[in-house]
Amino acid sequence: MDNFTVGVVVFPGSNCDRDVSWALEGCLDIRTKYLWHESSDLSDVDAIVLPGGFSYGDYLRCGAIARFSPLINALDDFVKSGRRVLGICNGFQILTESGFLPGALTANKNLNFICDDVELDIVSSKGGWFNDGGEKQTIKLPIAHGEGRYHCDSDTLKKLVDDELIALRYKNNPNGSSFDIAGITNEKGNVLGLMPHPERACDETIGGTDGLFTLKSLILK
Amino acid sequence: MDQFAVKVFVRLRPSVLDPAGEATKSASIKLGAEGIKSLRIGKMIEVKIEGNGENEVREKIDLLCDRLFANTVIEDYEYSLEKL
Repeated sequence: MDNFTVGVVVFPGSNCDRDVSWALEGCLDIRTKYLWHESSDLSDVDAIVLPGGFSYGDYLRCGAIARFSPLINALDDFVKSGRRVLGICNGFQILTESGFLPGALTANKNLNFICDDVELDIVSSKGGWFNDGGEKQTIKLPIAHGEGRYHCDSDTLKKLVDDELIALRYKNNPNGSSFDIAGITNEKGNVLGLMPHPERACDETIGGTDGLFTLKSLILK
Repeated sequence: MDQFAVKVFVRLRPSVLDPAGEATKSASIKLGAEGIKSLRIGKMIEVKIEGNGENEVREKIDLLCDRLFANTVIEDYEYSLEKL
């Protein structure tokens, strides 16, 4: 485990990259490496985080331009190899825009940029991203987004439910997301996208540690 | 090579809520405009593009619309094309 390295992707406009790196290194003693979006060499990282922010200024749509970066092009083989990818907030938007996860993230129902702590139900243990413990559990994580309303068609929603791909649901839906969805995984479970920020909940002094488990699970095989 | 002016319209699908459209509708009514039944906001993208004839240009624009200009999970698109 000593050499396990998490790549933290930096796009122009990413602003949670250093938070993620700090949480992994400072709170969990997991080595990180920043990956500039123009890099396509992912050979020396074992897992990848797409952090929050406003990649490419959110031009056109959130995550739409980031999808065409060399790094995202290289991500396909990385995901197929079974290594883990965590997309947080803007990272989740990038994962849906690039087709790694289904659906899309659109403007919050009330048009507010919402910055708050939210209660979340852990729905699925697929991928082992959350401490499931065999029972339904609730965690509290911060959210900070203007475009976090998850949307998908009814066939996709049925598939998400049937295949247990819904990872997290809001207890009190803050943004109008379909089916209260806050986070989903791919079928294999090695890709997780979520709007809440686990890296902002890794130390009691800043309000909680419910995000630690998710970041720590990056090192799972 | 022929040059074309293309206007692409990208709209949220009818089934997708448009909060910005709703807010603008509400402001329009406050302005005193009567009779507004629906107001939805989209995007218009203007492209000047070269190609060997209209068919080749349409192929390029279809690719751009489908892969970049619109997210077809939530948006529809259409375009008009004028030879310059």
